[in-house]
Amino acid sequence: MEFLLLLATPLCGALTLGVFGARRWAPELNIAASLVTFLAACALTARVVSEGSLVVAHEQFFIDPFNVFLVTLTAFIGLTTSIFSRPYMRVEMHHERLSAPRLRLYHSMYQLFMATMLIALTTNNMGLLWVAMEAATLSTVLLVTLYRTPASLEAGWKYFILCGVGIAQALFGTILLYFAAEKVLGAEGVTALLWTHLNGVKGQLEPTVLGLAFVFLLVGYGTKVGLAPLHNWLPDAHAEGPTPISAVLSGLLLNVAIYAVVRCKVLVEGSLHSQLPAQMLMTFGLLSVVVAAFFLWRQRDIKRLFAYSSIEHMGIITFAFGMGGPVANFAALLHMTVHSLTKSAIFFAVGHAAQKAGSQLMENIRGLITLSPTVGWGLMMGSLAILGMPPFGVFASEFLILTTAMREQPWATPILLAALGVAFAAIFGRVQPMVFGETTAKRLPHPPALLPVFAHLAIVLMLGIYVPPYLADWYRAAAQLIGGE
Amino acid sequence: MTGTPFDLQLLNFCAALLLLLSFAMLAQRRIVTLVNLLAIQGTVLLVATLLLAWRTGEHHLYLSAALTLALKVVLLPWILHRLIRRLRVYWDTEPLLNISGTMLIGLLVVVFAFGLARPISALASTATRNAIGIAVAVILLSFVTMITRRKAMSQVVGFLSMENGLFFGAMSATYGMPMIVEFGVALDVLVAVLVLGIFFFQIREQFDSLDLHHLEALKESQPINAQKGATHALHGDPGEGSPGSTVSGRTPAQKESR
Repeated sequence: MEFLLLLATPLCGALTLGVFGARRWAPELNIAASLVTFLAACALTARVVSEGSLVVAHEQFFIDPFNVFLVTLTAFIGLTTSIFSRPYMRVEMHHERLSAPRLRLYHSMYQLFMATMLIALTTNNMGLLWVAMEAATLSTVLLVTLYRTPASLEAGWKYFILCGVGIAQALFGTILLYFAAEKVLGAEGVTALLWTHLNGVKGQLEPTVLGLAFVFLLVGYGTKVGLAPLHNWLPDAHAEGPTPISAVLSGLLLNVAIYAVVRCKVLVEGSLHSQLPAQMLMTFGLLSVVVAAFFLWRQRDIKRLFAYSSIEHMGIITFAFGMGGPVANFAALLHMTVHSLTKSAIFFAVGHAAQKAGSQLMENIRGLITLSPTVGWGLMMGSLAILGMPPFGVFASEFLILTTAMREQPWATPILLAALGVAFAAIFGRVQPMVFGETTAKRLPHPPALLPVFAHLAIVLMLGIYVPPYLADWYRAAAQLIGGE
Repeated sequence: MTGTPFDLQLLNFCAALLLLLSFAMLAQRRIVTLVNLLAIQGTVLLVATLLLAWRTGEHHLYLSAALTLALKVVLLPWILHRLIRRLRVYWDTEPLLNISGTMLIGLLVVVFAFGLARPISALASTATRNAIGIAVAVILLSFVTMITRRKAMSQVVGFLSMENGLFFGAMSATYGMPMIVEFGVALDVLVAVLVLGIFFFQIREQFDSLDLHHLEALKESQPINAQKGATHALHGDPGEGSPGSTVSGRTPAQKESR
């Protein structure tokens, strides 16, 4: 019941907003749909916590501790982003960067995007996972090009073609997975792509085929995670689309893609009994961290800056999942949570800052704090949080990852530390003059919604100081699930 | 081929045709012909699916044959032809590599594909296991097509041809994916082409022109993103900013990672 509500609400929302998305009350409807989705996610969580894993709809969908926490996170950020987007989009309308039909498209696709991500997270069928991932790309392509500027059209094209080709590799991987599974689970094809069944027989799956499949799956879904060297689409799509979309792309889509990679890794590792998947994840992760850290220096556009920071953090998470083991998995899950919350909070603040300054170029944004202390402090606190300053949650997860790396992969620690240092200098040096100093900002016609920024940062702060026991249990259960038996 | 049943011979013939068509696509520079080749590829795929369905008696293969007919033989070529007429892109510009060079690369790719497919073929129990190598070759050749082309339209044809290759691979390795997945994939492909159509019209609206080369022109004189050069510098092709080079920029890395 909760589950049906969870998937049906955004789908119905997409349809309704496809018709009425340009009305005065459309943003409120968008918020309402996101709120219902979030409540359904909470109810579902409560049920999974009390009753254990759920399997519904002829086993096509399942909820376990690993994906239920991502579902709640996705629904929560979906809600806060819709709250943020209400004044943001009104300002954009006021500046005449958008017309009514485009607003309708935006609202409708926003809900559709939420629906595809929730399907991707909850589906038990590896094939449906692929379909939902591709649908998530398709629903956001037209949002990246929402402003129809030359740069946004270019970004949209890149996003479409790179993610399309990338995800075609993942389809080939899925076919290979099915091929291996069919031998064990029977040719009926009914259960051969269901993750729960695959997980049960992963020891018997043909290792050669699964190894090959994993390469394709990792390259395919890795493109969507934004792992270097497949990350080219990510900064463009983040910078050229409207800011609420940057927030959900960075905060949610990348998580969902990592989720897909981890699900595949669990299966392949069970079959291969070797270090190959782990090593591939660690290599890709480390490469992304290093590449992103050095590209951070060359950015002039504030949204691109934080997009590269997302690549860096995705690299850290991938590396942690690659190391495996209960502590690293725990840290990776925690890092996924705090990164999503912090990065979307930053994008909220950045969105309003760019609107106030009338430019996304960092040299044109100056002295936010004099005109609007809340936006300025939001950006400052968010940046400090994402850079891993204590007492924010990012510090806790990065600390755990680094200490585990010192113990298990000592060679990687200096690389990680150096990259984090470079990133710190690059981001902090840019944010500091934007927040303090002489101001260039103007007042906005609609008051910005800053509640989401501080709500997110408060949660991140709390996670850094104190992880509630039920949440910790939950992470531990999920970490154990990923870590195998 | 003595001792091979006639229908299996026909199936192998279809597989060979698919490979030939991929090579034809690699060499073809006229976009209308490229779309026609795609439609023929779809038709061959349809025939192969029907033959296989008849041979194995798997009912869901008839369904996927119907899906192929509707989508790959009729709908997609029709949409693409309409787009070509309305956008007036008839010829691709000079490919990044000359045709004979591309063909040589194509040959190497085929050898590589058969090498890649050997462990899979060895494990497969389907009647069509020999065709798996061809399916992989079609996928990789479409990849080469996408890399060597500059026009957005030919890249899209390459993309769809890659999807055909994937479909053929699934068919010859496991007699097709579960129906629910096949429907989902078909839906995604259809939506992708529709989104692309909208996308092309946005480009036309933006540049007040029907020609797609603006999409490439704007990339070379990128006004606001000074760091775009930096992105390309990673792959050693600064200043070359066409979608073609974007794809190619990423592909060597991808091949390495394989």
